[in-house]
Amino acid sequence: MRHVRAASAVTLALAIAAAATGCGGGSTGTGSNESPKTLTYWASNQGPSIEADKEILTPELKKFEKETGIKVKLEVVPWADLLNRILAATASGQGPDVLNIGNTWSASLQATGALLPWDEKNFEEIGGRDRFVDSAVASAGKEGEPPAAVPLYSLAYALYYNKKMFADAGIEKPPATWDELVAAGQKISKGGKWGLGAEGGNVSNNIHQTFVLGQQHGADFFDKDGRATFTSDGAVAAVKQYIDFMAKDKIIAPGNAEYAQNQSLTDFAKGKTAMVLWQAAASTFAAQGMKPEDWGAAPVPVPSGTPGTGKQVNSMAAGINIAVFKNTKNIDGAKKFVKFMTGDEQQKHLNKTYGSIPPVKAAQADAAFGAPDLKVLRDTLATSAAPLPQVPNESQFETAVGTAVKELWADAAAGRPVTEESVRARLEKAQQTMQQ
Amino acid sequence: MTATVTEPRADTSAAKGTSRGTGGARRRLPRIPDRVRRGGLPYLLLLPAVLLELLIHIIPMIIGIVMSFRQLTQFFINNWGAAPWTGLDNYRIAVDFDAPIGEALLHSFFVTCVFTFFSVGFAWLLGTTAAILLQESFRGRGILRAVFLVPYALPVYAAVITWAFMFQRDNGLINHVLHEQLGIIDEPSFWLIGDNSIYTLIIVSVWKGWPFAFLMLMAGLQNIPRELYEAASIDGAGIWQQIRRITLPSLRPVNQVLVLVLFLWTFNDFNTPYVLFGRSAPENADLISIHIYQSSFVTWNFGTGSAMSVLLLLFLLLVTAVYLILTSRGRKGADV
Repeated sequence: MRHVRAASAVTLALAIAAAATGCGGGSTGTGSNESPKTLTYWASNQGPSIEADKEILTPELKKFEKETGIKVKLEVVPWADLLNRILAATASGQGPDVLNIGNTWSASLQATGALLPWDEKNFEEIGGRDRFVDSAVASAGKEGEPPAAVPLYSLAYALYYNKKMFADAGIEKPPATWDELVAAGQKISKGGKWGLGAEGGNVSNNIHQTFVLGQQHGADFFDKDGRATFTSDGAVAAVKQYIDFMAKDKIIAPGNAEYAQNQSLTDFAKGKTAMVLWQAAASTFAAQGMKPEDWGAAPVPVPSGTPGTGKQVNSMAAGINIAVFKNTKNIDGAKKFVKFMTGDEQQKHLNKTYGSIPPVKAAQADAAFGAPDLKVLRDTLATSAAPLPQVPNESQFETAVGTAVKELWADAAAGRPVTEESVRARLEKAQQTMQQ
Repeated sequence: MTATVTEPRADTSAAKGTSRGTGGARRRLPRIPDRVRRGGLPYLLLLPAVLLELLIHIIPMIIGIVMSFRQLTQFFINNWGAAPWTGLDNYRIAVDFDAPIGEALLHSFFVTCVFTFFSVGFAWLLGTTAAILLQESFRGRGILRAVFLVPYALPVYAAVITWAFMFQRDNGLINHVLHEQLGIIDEPSFWLIGDNSIYTLIIVSVWKGWPFAFLMLMAGLQNIPRELYEAASIDGAGIWQQIRRITLPSLRPVNQVLVLVLFLWTFNDFNTPYVLFGRSAPENADLISIHIYQSSFVTWNFGTGSAMSVLLLLFLLLVTAVYLILTSRGRKGADV
């Protein structure tokens, strides 16, 4: 009898587990309020380390608990794991209640239907859509549909430059056009020093840079129907212009072709490279021993010299969004938590700590975001940043085109010619691997 | 039969001083009807293993196969049972070698074959050489044996990321030694991108794989009677002849398993390329495991990724079957 009972227990366990495996995708309903006293929050790793993030966020979560009586279980997830973790949570239906997502993934994750859509009603519950900067909301989901998330920390690209290296080379002001940048870079690039840094092995960074150059050449990488247009003349010209900084203009060190761990920032801090195109680099420079007066920040160059909209775009609208898992057991609590995190005070405090810009207009006005470098980022975000293509296969685009650019860097570094044809051929191949 | 099974148990427990638990077991045991014990008990004992095997391997495999017939993309992962049925489309896409996806798969297949051939070959060669050399006892042999096993004992991630640092062009140890200290190469080379990346992959894989070969072969060598060597050397056989005529033939059964296991591990290796190159490997080192991972998890085409996995599984099954048939036939021949 005992054996039979044991065997049936095992069978039952198996049945439950099999059901969990087999029917994991079944949960598509909207959340309930079955467990109103707790929330699980996956925070993306924003600070210098996971421990640092826990230290920064825990007091805030305690504050939230005091205000609402809802306990938040925090888990900080490293960037490299975050997307896979979200995918697994989506497929199994066993996810956190609230989570951070990279804003370039918004449309892809929106397509899964796992995230709570932020329609007007939901936005009203957190104070209204108008509280947020337009470009930040635009990067939270597909155009014409309720966003899949709410902007939390916003970032934009700026041109960071080493003041002393500029002075030594007799350059008076940071370049405003690409021609000026190349000219400045060539003045500096000698004797082991280089003009510009790049992260050739970092697929996402390649996309960010070539997307912006694409905008300046009038290319979008996708047409209105969401079909890939990687081989348009503008796209080819944009990618070639970026690679040519190493291949033709010789202002990027060949070694940058394999950089993927922010080594270009280390080179910058060591005085080996005079310029980098980066999002909110201040805290990293400080961590590497640079004083704030050693470097300056300027808008990323545009052909006309004056950033703006359309062909004057000089940054992607970067940042982190906060989203709610649709099947949360505490939908009201989750929305309250989003309201708390996007509240004026939290926005000021957290963005100040992380060196990002608040996507909430009221918080942006704080004096802390008026420092010269942050002002550049703020203005860029407000006037001349565009969201990456908000298409469901954005992730595919990043990998396909980002890898094509990575291979082109390798060609340039090895001294192989990078021509319009070779660029087009790589992009053609990338485009053909796009399914759907 | 029954008596011979139960009696020694009773003896042992009596000899040790019957504990409560053992006594209980002894009392319970006869209650199981003979019919069950003879017929059902072995199966009952096997049941947990079978269930776990089902749960861990068989069911996921079946789910994977089902997925390969569906158009599973980001639109359906939230409810993947609803993904449209596409029949053999995913397989067609995977093996259409004129189209880019099939072409890239074929390319990564060839890269993997070359990688596996050299990795397994060198790992086996190094393992064999080291095992034979460390057969003779000498001072420090124990330490050497322990040191040789270090790569096998280290966590893969930590070891491979260290290699990745060493292979960096500007700050890595490899270029520092080859270029600055020895002057073998004129200028620092790229190891993690471009043409050299396949060599990097093979070097790290051999470093990681050979201690296992060494361990297995060392164990195999222990089983060869010393008398064979003594007799051979009396008959005038030199060291090479002894290795060729005694050592290698005696190691044949070990090698048969070893090469197969190394082949399967290496062909499927995911950790090494992923840690060395990240989610998008250089063209020259685009191993099939990374390629399938990319198709499934990076570009969110789980259906096509599953079809590629099933094809890979079929290929590995086929190779294993052919290998086993050939080697067992060879062994029968040798026995005769």
